[in-house]
Amino acid sequence: MKAEAVNKPAAVKLRLTKKLKRSNNNNLAGYIFISPWLLGFLLLTVWPIIQSFYLSFTEYSLLEAPTWTGTQNYVNIFKNDTDFTTSLKVTFIFVLFSVPLKLFFSLMVAMMLNKNLKGMNLYRTAIYFPSLIGGSVAVAALWRNMFSLNGYFNQVLAWFGIEGVGWITNPDTSLGTLILLNTWQFGSTMVIFLAGLKQIPNELYESASVDGASKIRKFFHITLPMLSPVMFFNLVLGIIGSFQMFTAASIITQGGPINSTYMYALFLYDKAFKHYQMGYASALAWILLVIVALITAINFLVSRYWVFYETDGGKQK
Amino acid sequence: MNNALRSNKFTSHLLLIVFSLLMLYPVIWWVGASLKTTAEMSSPSIWPSTPIWENYTQGWQFSPEFTFARFFGNTLLMEFWNVLGGVVTSAIVAYGFARLNFKFRGVLFSILLLTMMLPGQVTIVPQYILYNKLQFMDSYVPLILPHFFGGGAFFIFLLVQFIRGIPRELDEAAKIDGASVYGIFYRIVLPLIKPALVTVAIFTFIWSWDDYFAQVLYLNSVGNFTVNLALRMYVDQFEVQWGKLLAMSLVSVMPSVVLFFFAQKHFVEGIATTGLKG
Repeated sequence: MKAEAVNKPAAVKLRLTKKLKRSNNNNLAGYIFISPWLLGFLLLTVWPIIQSFYLSFTEYSLLEAPTWTGTQNYVNIFKNDTDFTTSLKVTFIFVLFSVPLKLFFSLMVAMMLNKNLKGMNLYRTAIYFPSLIGGSVAVAALWRNMFSLNGYFNQVLAWFGIEGVGWITNPDTSLGTLILLNTWQFGSTMVIFLAGLKQIPNELYESASVDGASKIRKFFHITLPMLSPVMFFNLVLGIIGSFQMFTAASIITQGGPINSTYMYALFLYDKAFKHYQMGYASALAWILLVIVALITAINFLVSRYWVFYETDGGKQK
Repeated sequence: MNNALRSNKFTSHLLLIVFSLLMLYPVIWWVGASLKTTAEMSSPSIWPSTPIWENYTQGWQFSPEFTFARFFGNTLLMEFWNVLGGVVTSAIVAYGFARLNFKFRGVLFSILLLTMMLPGQVTIVPQYILYNKLQFMDSYVPLILPHFFGGGAFFIFLLVQFIRGIPRELDEAAKIDGASVYGIFYRIVLPLIKPALVTVAIFTFIWSWDDYFAQVLYLNSVGNFTVNLALRMYVDQFEVQWGKLLAMSLVSVMPSVVLFFFAQKHFVEGIATTGLKG
């Protein structure tokens, strides 16, 4: 889009029509159009959030009506529940490692694929495709086999003379294996990076080349700042997504061995849908919400210092 | 200079080839392993000495009662409704947010973005209770219905960005010609956002396929199983029959593979053209 090309009278006209539009509000039509979302939001988000907050102060097994127990659930969680502390610790480690790893890896891949080379489509397919299917139960099953004691991964290690362990049956390595799998599913993060890279104007690199900037300088002074909004988007959603990691932990390790991969989402699922402790699970969900909200808020605060939004130069934010 | 450029290109190609092979190798191994016996699974060769095609035929026959045809049918029917609901309603909602002025639009749009950051666990228990009360357990309603409510905040956001990139002059011109907001949506905006809608359709398909959490939560009779749940049964057996499991796993990713190859360019371009800026 060439916003710069708009000449003055046209800009004035545009502003006028905008004003005209504003005076001529389209309340009814607007609400008709957004009604599907609004309805779903009220029914499947607002109401459940309120209800879950209420339930977190009750004991509820689905069979009888909820009974009010005050803050008992929270007290039990923080004081007596070792599963809670374990799962929280496991989840934090998972987030701490898998999010930066995935961001780094997907940015590298995106930069590799953001070149005008012959056969790029073929490369893109080969690299992107495996990660596309990475979230399915099928791939979780594949990983379970590949990382077993006699699995494919250890065969590869054997070529180099290294004797592997049972990666998913050993509590020291099981979480690392899940982190690796999560990194391997870099597809959607990578695509968003790639889209961001394609939007960086080539002139920036060209003029930097004229000034004699090295590749590394260009990366740190052009690519990274220009990409920072996209990086921020991927970071925030990546953290939130990692806190909810479920499929792989459930299929590959089932939380074990010795709870070494007992992710928070898995723990919550067990409480709610295996033991039918709906009140307790709601309290767990609210604790998760507060943690995620805090981290997201900190992220937004810190973002002011490193996320660079283009404010001038034609394009509007 | 020219030489440096050429060697640069060469390194890029080399790097890409090595990396492609690294990514593809497990998949190739997967194909071979799906034809192996359990005993042969741990041998280092990629291709089995004698391919066991029975892994596929016997794996397909899940139980005396059901074959995988049933599970594929279930899953694809669900996908049909999910994609339809997601595409239609996200387009409608996005148009409202992108083009119409109404009270509280700004606030509501901020709330929409906020919901993207809400962990699903917070709403899952009451939602489960709700569907349980409405007698929708062991049905596809809890899996399909949410897609008819705008298809998800991420897709609405994506489409709003896309629609904002369409020149408003087109709307104005249609308005002068006497088109209503509904007419503008249907005749002007909808045809123009088709590429973005393809992206929405593809991602809805893949994400619904992978949404194992919801499937394991709401479906419990074998006749209603999705492909994922059937695979899970294979994983849960005491003595895992790896050949059958890997064979059926491979078959289970085929729909995504076919979709991927048909709509390849939309994966990147659909998002690139939306001007996603975080």
